[in-house]
Amino acid sequence: MAGPAPRTAARRALIALTVLVAVLGGLLGYSIAWGDGQATPKLGLDLKGGTQIILEPRTNAGQSVSAQQINQARDIIVQRVDANGVSGAEVTTQGDRNIVVSIPEIPTQAVRNAISKSSQMQFRPVLALTSGVPVPTGSASPGPSGSPSPSASPSASPSAGGEAVSPAPSASATNNSAVNDALTATTPSPSASATPSPSASPSPGASANSGTSAPKGPTDLAWITPDVQQAYDALNCSDPKALENIQDVATKPLVTCSDDGATKYILGPVAVSGDKISDASAGYQTNQQGTVTSTVEIALTFNGEGTKQYADISRTMVTLPSPQNQLATVLDSRVIVAPYFQSAIPNGKASITGNFTLDSAKALADQLKFGALPLSFVEQSTVDISPTLGSEQLQFGFVAGLVGLLLVVVYSLFQYRVLGFVTISSIVVAGLLTYLTITVLGWAQNYRLDMAGVTGLIVAIGFTADSFIVYFERVRDELREGRSLASAVETGWNRAKRTVLIADGVNFLAAIVLYLLASSSVRGFAFTLGLTTLIDVLVVFWFTHPLLTLLTRLPFFRDGHRLSGLDPRRLGAKTRTYAGRGRFTPVTPAVRETEGSRA
Amino acid sequence: MSTSFADFGNDLYTGKRSIPVVASRRRFYLGSLVLIVVALLGLGVQHLNLGLEFRGGSEFRVATTSVPSGYEKTARDAVGASEGEQGVNVTLVGNNTVRVQTEKLTDTDSQQVRGSLAKAFGVPEDNVSATFIGPSWGASVSGQALRALVIFLIAVVLMLSIYFRNWKMALASLVALVHDLVITVGIYALVGFEVSPATMIGFLTVLGYSLYDTVVVFDKVRENTNEAFANGRMTYAQAANLAVNQTMVRSINTTVIGLLPITAVLVIGSIFLGPGVLVDLSLVLFVGILVGAYSSIFIATPVLVSLRRKDASVVDLARRAERTQAKKARDVAAAEEASARGEAVPASTLVGGAAEREEGETLTGRTVHQYARSGPRNQPRRTPKSKR
Repeated sequence: MAGPAPRTAARRALIALTVLVAVLGGLLGYSIAWGDGQATPKLGLDLKGGTQIILEPRTNAGQSVSAQQINQARDIIVQRVDANGVSGAEVTTQGDRNIVVSIPEIPTQAVRNAISKSSQMQFRPVLALTSGVPVPTGSASPGPSGSPSPSASPSASPSAGGEAVSPAPSASATNNSAVNDALTATTPSPSASATPSPSASPSPGASANSGTSAPKGPTDLAWITPDVQQAYDALNCSDPKALENIQDVATKPLVTCSDDGATKYILGPVAVSGDKISDASAGYQTNQQGTVTSTVEIALTFNGEGTKQYADISRTMVTLPSPQNQLATVLDSRVIVAPYFQSAIPNGKASITGNFTLDSAKALADQLKFGALPLSFVEQSTVDISPTLGSEQLQFGFVAGLVGLLLVVVYSLFQYRVLGFVTISSIVVAGLLTYLTITVLGWAQNYRLDMAGVTGLIVAIGFTADSFIVYFERVRDELREGRSLASAVETGWNRAKRTVLIADGVNFLAAIVLYLLASSSVRGFAFTLGLTTLIDVLVVFWFTHPLLTLLTRLPFFRDGHRLSGLDPRRLGAKTRTYAGRGRFTPVTPAVRETEGSRA
Repeated sequence: MSTSFADFGNDLYTGKRSIPVVASRRRFYLGSLVLIVVALLGLGVQHLNLGLEFRGGSEFRVATTSVPSGYEKTARDAVGASEGEQGVNVTLVGNNTVRVQTEKLTDTDSQQVRGSLAKAFGVPEDNVSATFIGPSWGASVSGQALRALVIFLIAVVLMLSIYFRNWKMALASLVALVHDLVITVGIYALVGFEVSPATMIGFLTVLGYSLYDTVVVFDKVRENTNEAFANGRMTYAQAANLAVNQTMVRSINTTVIGLLPITAVLVIGSIFLGPGVLVDLSLVLFVGILVGAYSSIFIATPVLVSLRRKDASVVDLARRAERTQAKKARDVAAAEEASARGEAVPASTLVGGAAEREEGETLTGRTVHQYARSGPRNQPRRTPKSKR
C-alpha cells in the first residue's frame, strides 16, 4: 500500500532537509571563514554582559526639561542605535530625566559617540573664523594674522575651505556651472583649508557698530559684540576642556571650535535648526549627465518650514563675501562642516560636498538625519555589566536544558519504544536547525540570544515534541482501526497534519503579534517562539513523516514488533486480517466504521 | 505499567473505558470556579509582588571575591548609614554577587550608597554597579504587552473561527485561556513570588500553550462531531466526550514532555541560582502548563458542549442519535436473548454509543474476514427462522 509515491516524496523531503541543513551549515562556515561570524550564537546583554550608558540632558542654567522632550529624545536615540547596527539594545528613560542605553556588547567608540555625542544640530552662519589657537597679539587688533601657523592648519580633516553647498543635482538643471565649480573648488589641501581665515577677520568697525544698532538677521556682523570678540580671542581650541562650559543659546551668537579643534568660529544665531531635516543620505554625487562621479556628497532634504528658512538664508548668504557665505553645521556646539554657498537653494534639497570619505559622509548623514534631538546629552555614567552573572545563568540553563532533554528521551523511549528514537532524532534535527539559524542570524542580522530567548527554546522542546506525539497517536489510532502500518502512517499523517498546522499556526500568530507589539525583552522570546514553531513544522513535514514512511518498510515496524511502539496487538487487536503475501496483521475494533449502521 | 497505560489508551480510544468529562462537567465547572474565586481573592487581598522593574527603585550589585557571612547586615548597614531604611532588600545572586535593592534614590544619594557599599565590602567602587529604574519602565512594558495580548486574542478568535468554522469553538478556547491566566496569576499572588518582566513573558507563554493544547483537542472534537453529524449515531456531547478521551493519552504525554525540561530548569535553577529569570520563568510555566492541560481537557470541551447545547443542529443530532441508539439497544437485547437461548454469541455488547460491535464479527459471532467484509455479505444476518 505504501506505493512508490509516498516513498519518493519521503526521500525528496529528506533530501530537501539535507540541502537546507547543508546551506545553513555552509553559510555558517562561510561566515566563520570569510566574515566575522562565530560558531556559537551571539548572546544578549543579560547573558554575555554588556554596557549600559546613562545619558543626562545638558541644559543651560534654569532651563527645564519636560518629559515629552525626554521621550522624544529617547525615540531618536533608539533610531540612532538601530542605525548603528546594534541590535538588542534597549533605550529606556530613567526617572524623568535620564536616558539609559543598554548595549549587549562593549560598543566601539564610534557607536558610543554616535549615541551620545550628536544631539543638537543647528545651522549657523559663519561670521568669522580663524585657526584654533588664540592670537597672541593685543586685544586692540582682533584681526588674526594672515598666515595661520602650520601646526594649527588641518592637514586632512574636512574643514571649512574645501566644501561647498550646492543645490542637489536633481533639482538644479540651471546650475550646471555651480556644480562644476563645486567639483573644482573641492581641492582638499592644507593651504586651501587655511586660506579663508585671513579674510575672516572681523573689522573693528563692525564690532563698533554692534554697540549702537541691534543686529539684523543671523548673518549680521553686528552680532560680534566686544564680549563675543573677547571670548573668541581667548578661545583655545587645542585645549580639550575649552568648550566644556559653553553656553549654546539658539538666538545668540556662538563662539566655538571645529570638531577637530583646528579652526575656531564666531557663528551667528541659529538660521535653521536640525529638526527641520527630513532626510539625509550619503553617496557619490551624480553629475548633470547622470554619471556617478567620485565625489562623495551628503544629500539633505528639508521639510516645509526648513526649506523656506534654508532658501532665505542661502539667498542672503550667497551674496556675502567669504567667510560670511559659509553656513556652519553645528553638532553639540561644535562645527562639523562649514561649507559655502554656490547659489541660493530654494527647493530644500541641498548637497554638501567636501573631502569626505564615503564612511565619514555616511556617519555624518546619520548624525544629520537623527540629529534632531531636542536636547544635548552627556554620558553621566557607563556601566559595563559583568558577564559572570549572565554566563552563570546560561550555564545552568544549559545544564537544565540537557537534563530536561534527557528526561524527555527516557520518557519517549518508555512510551513509544523504538518509535521514541524517531522523536529524539526529530528533536535533534530541530535543535540543529535552530542552532544553525540562530547562529547564522547572529552573523547576518546581529541577532542576539538573551535569557528570554533561551526560555523560548526550552519551552519549544515541549511544543516540538507535541507535534510528534499528535502524529504518533494518530498513526496508532489508524492502526487500531485495522489499517496496515503503511496505510496507517499515510492516513494518520493526513489527519495529524491539519492539527499540527493549526496548532503551530496559533503559536506563530502569538509570536508575530508579540514580536511586533511588545518591548524588546519580550521580543527575544517571541522571536525564538516563532522561529522554533516554523522549524517544528519544517521538521515534521520534512523529517519525521518521511522518516516514518521509510521506516514502515522495515520488517521490524511493518510486522509490529513488540518494541516498535506500533505493535497492533498492544494497541488492542484481537483478530487477524490478511495483509498480503500470505501474512496477516492484527486488527482492532473501530469507532469510525464504514459499514451500514443497522446491526 | 507501560502496558497498562497502553491499554488505558486503547480503552479510551475505543470507548470501552470512558471518563465522563462532559457528563460531569458541572463538577469541573464548580472546581474551576472555586479556584478562580480563590485566585481573584488572592489577587485582591495579597496583590502581586511586583519586582523592582515595575515599582521603580535602585539596585546595587556588589561583586566580591568571596561573600562575607554577614553580608546582609553589612549591606543593610552600609545603605542605612547613608540613607536610612528604605525598603532595603538584600539578596545573594550567584556565588559572589550581593544584590541590594532600595527605593528610588536620587543620583547623589545613590553615589553615596555606592561608595559606602564599596567601603563596607572592601571592594573598589568600580565593582559596585548601580542601577536605577524609573517606575514608568515596567508600566510601559506591561502596557505594550497588554495591548499585544488584546490584539492577539482578537486575531486568534478570528483565526479559530475561520478554521473551525464555528465561533463557539473559538469562544470556548478563549474561556479556557482566561481560566488558565486567572488561575496562574492568582497562584502567583497567593504564593507571593516576585513578578519580573520574565514572569510576564511566562504568562504570555502560558497563554500560547493553553491555546495550543485546546486547539489540538478541539481538532479531534471537530472530527468526531462532524462524523456524528454525518451518521447520527452519537449525540454532540457523546462525540465530544469521546474526542476528549481519545486525545487524553496525547494530552498526558504532551504535558509530561513539556513539563520535564521545565521541571529540570526549575529544580536546578532554584538550587543553584536563586531568584532570576530562569526560575521566574520556569515556575510560571510549570504552573501554567499544568493548569493549561487541565483546562484543555476538563474545561474547554465541556464549555463548548454547554455553548452548543441549544444549537438547532445539535438538538437535532441528539434526537437522531437517541433513535439510533435505542434501535441498537433493541438489537443487542434481541441478540442477548438469542444467546440466552443457548447460542454461542461472544459478548460483544456495547457501552452506550461509544463503540460499535466488534469489527469482523457479525452479531451472531460469525467471524468475517476483512476482505469479505466490504461486500454484500457484510450485511447483518438475520438469525435463521428455526432459531427465532
